[in-house]
Amino acid sequence: MGYPHKSHPKETVVLSQYFGDAEARTYDGWVKRGGYQALQKVLGMTPVEVTDVVKASGLRGRGGAGFPTGLKWSFMPKEKSKPHYLCCNADESEPGTFKDREIMRWTPHALIEGCAIAQLAIQAEVCFIYIRGEFTDPWAVMEKAVEEAYAKGTLGANAMGSGKRIDMHLHRGAGAYICGEETALMNSIEGKRGNPRIKPPFPAAQGLFALPTTINNVETLAAVPHIINRGADWYKALCLSNPKSVGTKLFSVCGHVQKPGNYEITLGYPLKDLIYDMCGGVLKGRTLKACIPGGSSVPFLNREESEGCLLDYEGCVAAGSMLGSAGCIVFDDSADMVYQTMRLAKFYAHESCAQCTQCREGTAWTVRILQKILDGDGTSKDLDLLLDLADQMTGKTICVLSDSCAAPVVSGIKKFRGEFEAYLKGARRAQVAVA
Amino acid sequence: MSAHDTAPHTPVFTGVVRAKLDVVLARYPTKRAGLLPALWMVQEARGWISDDAMAEVAQVLELTPAYVKGVATFYTMYHLHPVGKHFVQVCTTTPCNICGAEGVAEAFLKHTGCGDLGATSPDGKWTVIEVECLGACGFPTPVLVNDDFLENVTAEKVPEIVKKYSA
Ligand SMILES: Cc1cc2nc3c(=O)[nH]c(=O)nc-3n(C[C@H](O)[C@H](O)[C@H](O)COP(=O)(O)O)c2cc1C
Ligand code: FES
Repeated sequence: MGYPHKSHPKETVVLSQYFGDAEARTYDGWVKRGGYQALQKVLGMTPVEVTDVVKASGLRGRGGAGFPTGLKWSFMPKEKSKPHYLCCNADESEPGTFKDREIMRWTPHALIEGCAIAQLAIQAEVCFIYIRGEFTDPWAVMEKAVEEAYAKGTLGANAMGSGKRIDMHLHRGAGAYICGEETALMNSIEGKRGNPRIKPPFPAAQGLFALPTTINNVETLAAVPHIINRGADWYKALCLSNPKSVGTKLFSVCGHVQKPGNYEITLGYPLKDLIYDMCGGVLKGRTLKACIPGGSSVPFLNREESEGCLLDYEGCVAAGSMLGSAGCIVFDDSADMVYQTMRLAKFYAHESCAQCTQCREGTAWTVRILQKILDGDGTSKDLDLLLDLADQMTGKTICVLSDSCAAPVVSGIKKFRGEFEAYLKGARRAQVAVA
Repeated sequence: MSAHDTAPHTPVFTGVVRAKLDVVLARYPTKRAGLLPALWMVQEARGWISDDAMAEVAQVLELTPAYVKGVATFYTMYHLHPVGKHFVQVCTTTPCNICGAEGVAEAFLKHTGCGDLGATSPDGKWTVIEVECLGACGFPTPVLVNDDFLENVTAEKVPEIVKKYSA
């Protein structure tokens, strides 16, 4: 549902069906809407059976990397010799992305049910839901929902009377984008600085508290109850283009569109239709200049590339970008691409955890060079310097934050070189954006 | 106890707050894991986290004060010095930026009398900062006033918001 707008007829409404419906937030309201039937069913299945259904569904991680969810679950030890953990990644901080916020605000029990099912599949008695510190409303809703689920006996030592233990706790972040990176998130729960860890070991071997751990995004987990209820074949059939990209996906659309919001589409849907039809197009009298389809960490698409892009993992790559977290940022012809590239780099410079030199220094220098260009002091060598720096920042660090800073810089220079050159020639001055 | 006390440190983790921390600690296999929650509890009680408070947290969780400070300084939401009664966070990252977010931040600075980002207004009521993406980019510009998450704030709406919180 194009929350906060009315549903568009071309959406495929699964996860977002109850966005805006306050009654769906309550335990009873959720049960009335079919909630907790999937969990009941899974309580009668073996962990391998549950994992196999998710594997067969083709569900891929919605946190950014698109890793097959069932396969990830299958990496957990089958013979449990020590405690296992599930982490739910609700750190949602990737610029352009605001879908997990709505899932938690409107359908908290969908997430709780998804977590509980995943816990049974990977034999984890405890789940930590890591919610970014700024999400005060989602926190309040989730806290109440978890309390209710405990009070109803759905969670706890004897979940739904099954004799199985399912515990779930919220853990509040404190302002750090990097804690969305899975191993940084685990460090953060452990009471450490949010520095990503070198892999291997991977979380399934040594994750939270060095114990076997699976981590999934909010949207990934919220999709699981639907797959259990309606079957892997139903989910797999939700596909408009490449059979490797199936299911529905929430696209958060923001920036210069008439109706920003969360739109749920079947993967493979054209980006052109998302922008012009569902979102009502760019603002009046303006034209589309660029789009970042997958959150700020993926490359810019220019207008032509955007209009030819199919929204799935492969389609976004073919168009010259990535699906990422599906945070779609739309820029019209009023946007100053040099200034906005600097502003994106500034985000990464601010959020770098600073343990890798290429990232700490690279992000900071990228901002400085871009600022110099904006100030009218750039020279023709600066673009090459930025590209060289971006090269040094790609594929060389513990996590990909550094690469994510390089992506908009490289694609910005490549696709909007004329705007950079206008600054270098002194033909352009920076302006603050207005609505 | 005023929310933004700067008087000598009196322990935070006594009575109900201590009991609350114990409930949280029971969820984790290590005491260290209680660090982020404990720092939140200090900030809730005192409005900010002083060096003395960090030393208390260290003692309660069996860590060193230096370790606690190392962690507290990593996370941007912990206030390591006193801030205004109304702490305003305005997102100015790209998606909000192209929708006029810098104008919203400027309007807050002007109408609260803060003057500069990060500075507290002379009456001690306001501190305004720019922050990175608040995860609500479809509602430009989101603004946090303490724990109140406001959506679709424009520069024009700022005077009204400031008036409401000043009342
Ligand atoms: C710098 C960085 C930030 C990230 N932030 C998030 C985030 O906020 N939320 C999220 O779900 N995944 C985020 N990820 C991806 C996670 O590391 C991880 O891949 C994901 O949570 C796995 O869940 P999934 O398989 O369900 O997608 C981030 C990754 C990096 C490198
Ligand atoms: S960019 Fe402002 S909330 Fe995301």
